[in-house]
Amino acid sequence: MVRTLLVRGLLTGLLAGLVAGGFAFLFGEPHVDSAIALEEAAASGHRHDAGHGHDEPGTDAGHGHGEEAVVSRPVQKAGLFLATGLYGLAVGGVFALVFAGLRGRVGPRSDGRLALAAAGAAFTAVVLVPFLKYPANPPAVGDPETINDRTLLYVVIVLVGLAAAAIAVATARRAASADPWVRWSSAAGGFLVPVIAAWVLLPGVDEVPDGFPATLLWEFRIASIGTQLVFWAAFGVLFGWACDRAAARSAAPAGRVAPASSS
Amino acid sequence: MSGHPAPSAAIPFPRLRPWLLAVPVLLLVAYLVLMDNGAVSQAGTFLHELMHDGRHLLGVPCH
Repeated sequence: MVRTLLVRGLLTGLLAGLVAGGFAFLFGEPHVDSAIALEEAAASGHRHDAGHGHDEPGTDAGHGHGEEAVVSRPVQKAGLFLATGLYGLAVGGVFALVFAGLRGRVGPRSDGRLALAAAGAAFTAVVLVPFLKYPANPPAVGDPETINDRTLLYVVIVLVGLAAAAIAVATARRAASADPWVRWSSAAGGFLVPVIAAWVLLPGVDEVPDGFPATLLWEFRIASIGTQLVFWAAFGVLFGWACDRAAARSAAPAGRVAPASSS
Repeated sequence: MSGHPAPSAAIPFPRLRPWLLAVPVLLLVAYLVLMDNGAVSQAGTFLHELMHDGRHLLGVPCH
C-alpha cells in the first residue's frame, strides 16, 4: 500500500513537474531572457560599478549567462524541464509518504478529496507563505554576496509554513467534536499566527537594482507563482484521480465493471 | 462518477516507517535541484547553471 502510494507520488510528481515546466517555458522564459539582457547590458555598461548584479562573468561570485557561461542558454532552457521534473519527483514522493500517514486519520475521507486538500495545503505552506515574504526574483535581481543568507531565510520560512500547516491539522483534529465554525477558525488561527509572526519578525530582503523595470519584475513573479500553481494543481488532480481510480477498481465487484476501466 | 470510493483506512505507522528512509533521498534530490552550488555534488556551479531557469521560476533564491 505504502509502496503503491510512493510510486504514484513519484510518477504523478514527475508528470506534473513537466507540465509546470511547459508553463514556465511558455510564460516565464521570455521574462528570464529580458532580465538577462538587462543584466548583460548593465555588465558591459558599468564594469566598475560596485552596485548590484554580477558583472563579472566567469568569476565565482557572479556567474555569466552569455557566451562564457558554463551552460549555454539553450541548454539552460532544456534544464528548466529537468529542474521542474526532478523537483516534482522529489516533492511528489515526500507528499505521497505524508499522504500515507494522514490517510484515514485526518481530512476528507475519500482519497481523491484528501489529495486535493493536501495539495492545496502544501501549495499554501511551501510556496505561498515563502513567496509573500521572499518573492521570486529574475536574474539581475539579488546580490550574489547575500545568496547564503537569503537561502537560509528562505529555508526558514518554508519550515515555518510546514510547521504552521502541521499545527493547523493538529488543531483541527483536536477540535474534531467542536462546532465546525470553531473548528475551522481555530485551525486557521493555528496556521496564521506562526506565519504572520514569521512575516513580521524575519528580516526583509530588498535587492532590486535601481532602474530595474517594475513591470518585468511583476510579470516574472506572476510567471513564477503561476509555475508553482500549475505544478500543485496538476499534481493534486493527477494524484487524486489515480487514487480514486484505484479505489473504484478495487471496489468494483466481479460482475460490475467500473465505467472508467475498459481493459 | 465511479460510485463510492471506499472510505480509506489508516495505514499503521509501523508499516509506514521503513518507507520514511526514502525521505532523505528525496530531499537530497530537491536540494541538488534547488540549492546546490558544488558543496555536496562537487560539480562546481554546473548544477546551478543547468537548473538555473528552474530555480528562478520555482521561486528559490538564486545568485
